[in-house]
Amino acid sequence: MKKNILSRFVLIGITVLLAIVFFLPNTPFFRYMPEWWKNTMPNKGITLGLDLQGGVHLVFEVEGDRAVEITAERISQSLRELLGKRKLTAEVSRNGLLITVSPNSMEVRKAIEESYPILTAAETGTKLVYKLSDREAERIKDNAANQALETIRNRIDQFGVAEPTIHRQAANEIVVQLPGIKDPKRAIEIIGKTAQLEFKLVDDSSPVAAEIPASIRMGEEDALLAKFSGKIPADEEILFEKIVNRETGEVTKRPVLLKKETMMTGDLLTEAKVNIDQRFNEPYVSITFNAAGAKLFEEITGANVKKRMAIILDGTVYSAPVIQERISGGNAQITGRFSMDEAKDLAIVLRAGALPAPIKMLQNVTVGPSLGTDSIEAGKMAGIIGTILVVLFMIIYYKLSGVIADFALLLNVILLLGAMASLNATLTMPGIAGIVLAIGMAVDSNVLMFERMRDELKTGKTPRAAVDSGYAKAFWTIFDSHVTTLITAAVLFQFGTGPIKGFAVTLSLGVAINLFTAFIGTKSIFDLINSRKEVRQLSI
Amino acid sequence: MLEFIKDTKIDFLGKRKYAFIFSGILSLVGIFAIIQIANGKANLGIDFAGGTSLQLKFEKPINLHEVRVALEEGGVRDFDLQDLPAVQKILIRAKKADQQLGQVSDTITGIISKKFTNNRYVVDSTTEIGPKVGGRLRVDAAQAVAMATLGILIYIAIRFKFDFAVGATVATFHDALAVLAVFFLLGKEINLILITALLTIAGYSLTDTVVVFDRIRENLRTRLKEPVEAVMNASINEVLSRTVVTSFTVLLTSLALFFFGGEVLHDFSLAMILGVIFGTYSTIFVASPIALFWERMGFFKKRK
Repeated sequence: MKKNILSRFVLIGITVLLAIVFFLPNTPFFRYMPEWWKNTMPNKGITLGLDLQGGVHLVFEVEGDRAVEITAERISQSLRELLGKRKLTAEVSRNGLLITVSPNSMEVRKAIEESYPILTAAETGTKLVYKLSDREAERIKDNAANQALETIRNRIDQFGVAEPTIHRQAANEIVVQLPGIKDPKRAIEIIGKTAQLEFKLVDDSSPVAAEIPASIRMGEEDALLAKFSGKIPADEEILFEKIVNRETGEVTKRPVLLKKETMMTGDLLTEAKVNIDQRFNEPYVSITFNAAGAKLFEEITGANVKKRMAIILDGTVYSAPVIQERISGGNAQITGRFSMDEAKDLAIVLRAGALPAPIKMLQNVTVGPSLGTDSIEAGKMAGIIGTILVVLFMIIYYKLSGVIADFALLLNVILLLGAMASLNATLTMPGIAGIVLAIGMAVDSNVLMFERMRDELKTGKTPRAAVDSGYAKAFWTIFDSHVTTLITAAVLFQFGTGPIKGFAVTLSLGVAINLFTAFIGTKSIFDLINSRKEVRQLSI
Repeated sequence: MLEFIKDTKIDFLGKRKYAFIFSGILSLVGIFAIIQIANGKANLGIDFAGGTSLQLKFEKPINLHEVRVALEEGGVRDFDLQDLPAVQKILIRAKKADQQLGQVSDTITGIISKKFTNNRYVVDSTTEIGPKVGGRLRVDAAQAVAMATLGILIYIAIRFKFDFAVGATVATFHDALAVLAVFFLLGKEINLILITALLTIAGYSLTDTVVVFDRIRENLRTRLKEPVEAVMNASINEVLSRTVVTSFTVLLTSLALFFFGGEVLHDFSLAMILGVIFGTYSTIFVASPIALFWERMGFFKKRK
């Protein structure tokens, strides 16, 4: 054997060995490998995509405008305080992102603009209209997205999901991938809840309060709000409490007239846990404030004894008990006819903290575990049958040369799996299609070379010369046809979603490896055959 | 040696009139399909249009008609049902997600749980796409098609002379348009996976064209005295068997995917099968005649 043929076989041997080592974790044999092997050798293999192992892929949009609005509301509150302190008389109101101060005066304007450089004046006529500067608004939105990301990560950690992927996409979107999750619906609810906990005072003394009905049916909320819209004072609002009748299970809504001002929020709590109410054997969530929160809670309750305080979560009243006495120690309870899971989930979101702004689900792809298993089985089946068909065809059509091409095909599959494992690539359902197609395309190079060799043989060349010139002449054709496939694969990788990226990866790796197996693999075998003795006839 | 095709002398270019009529009609349907897609009138998949799709697997066989009636009575609008009786599955697709994401799927599973109390099911998959994501995926797909086209054009322009590049590009477009036309006529869903298949077809269809053009180029250099048309015809005949064989092996694997690859890849493999067939046809009947036409128009560099 010539030296350079030998070295090519050694090269092929090494790559096959490497491929096997990398792919081993995906085979049942990996379990029987010794401990040192598992620790030091590649142990990750190919990862299955969500479409194959089951799980959820979620995309949420952080409503950044709401975060800016919340900031605008906070600023308008502190503007009121500021103007009050300076003894300046002006009305401050907020509408959407705009803060209006009227009437306009030099002193008011000076006071505001000195203290709040982040505000830009949109109108300076008889009244002052401010909005947050664009840069500030952008900063708030960016912060909101970052905070939401952290909060979601906390919630998922506490919920307990193995290997979640959570990252930001574009400016205001968050992608959450939870592989192999059992209860996707519950996870979606835990992530999506804003969990803005607020404490507000109930106004029972206003004459309007007496007019409000004690309960309404579900769905009548808007009509009630419309009816009372002009009547309730500017600093008050109506929110609803859900009432479930213990005997009949009937659900009704109880409108509650509240002071708009938030006395306290959930930021100051340190612990939220599930307890069981002994009387009804129902779970509830008990929360504990930190030192500052406990002090504030004590002050608020002390100042409002005999009044009712509503506990509000995301705009819904959960309960509105009467404050019997000043409450020290910083404990409160959230009751609301929860199931055990609901109470647990509420405790999780309260512990993890509120989202800085509401988030909206843009996309949800959930795949059950059995579908994934079915898909893998179907993909394997198609791959095996496709391979057998191609292998048989090549042998029938090209005889011994076909066997050589089949050897290259096998080499191609082994190296492709090995390459994917070494990159720790993700295999998706379209990715399986990519592998199967690559099997079909893998023999193309050999077909082109064999046909070239047949042409050369017809012109009367010796087998050795036919092989050499066949390879040389087919090279550029093969190269061109591969490059165009690689171009489309690259584009698909760039623009595709997860599953399609998987397709692009397998297809492009398959095509690239094909160049290697054709020009190093099969060529070496032909050279080996020709190097032994003068071959009279080529089985092609 | 076994040969399907032996020393043929078929006058392929002579049949270009029929080929142009056939391909012209297919391409026009394909272009019409694109216009309809742009206007949102084609059967767009929920990944482009937005909406909800659910795949439910039942314990016992289920009557599709009863499901349809139950959903209609439950107030679900604008939905399609598809049956996979072999695996006792049904596919439900509801388009246009005006409501908050998640509500449609809850409504549907609620109705079905209530109606079919003695036939339990598991939700095999849920896909919910909001209108914003749908719009973005449409833009992404359009960009991908544009980028891939540009990339292939540039590569061909570098590797071949202009007249060949025109022929190869037209043939490639023809293949993608023809597959799209068939899908449109069959009322099949136009979705992301189909776009993936179309781009793959575009990349692959060039393989055949390159094979033929390489040979034409080679023969043009040696057979200086013969007319271009004759050289082209001879070249196509010479490489006919490899054109057919390379396509055939990919066709074999595409067929394996179609019959055994499962529901997810069904339409994808159908597109590949069509693409491979159209690709082979266009290599012979479209690419070379276009190159010849370009030559006759005087754009072809004069042969020495």
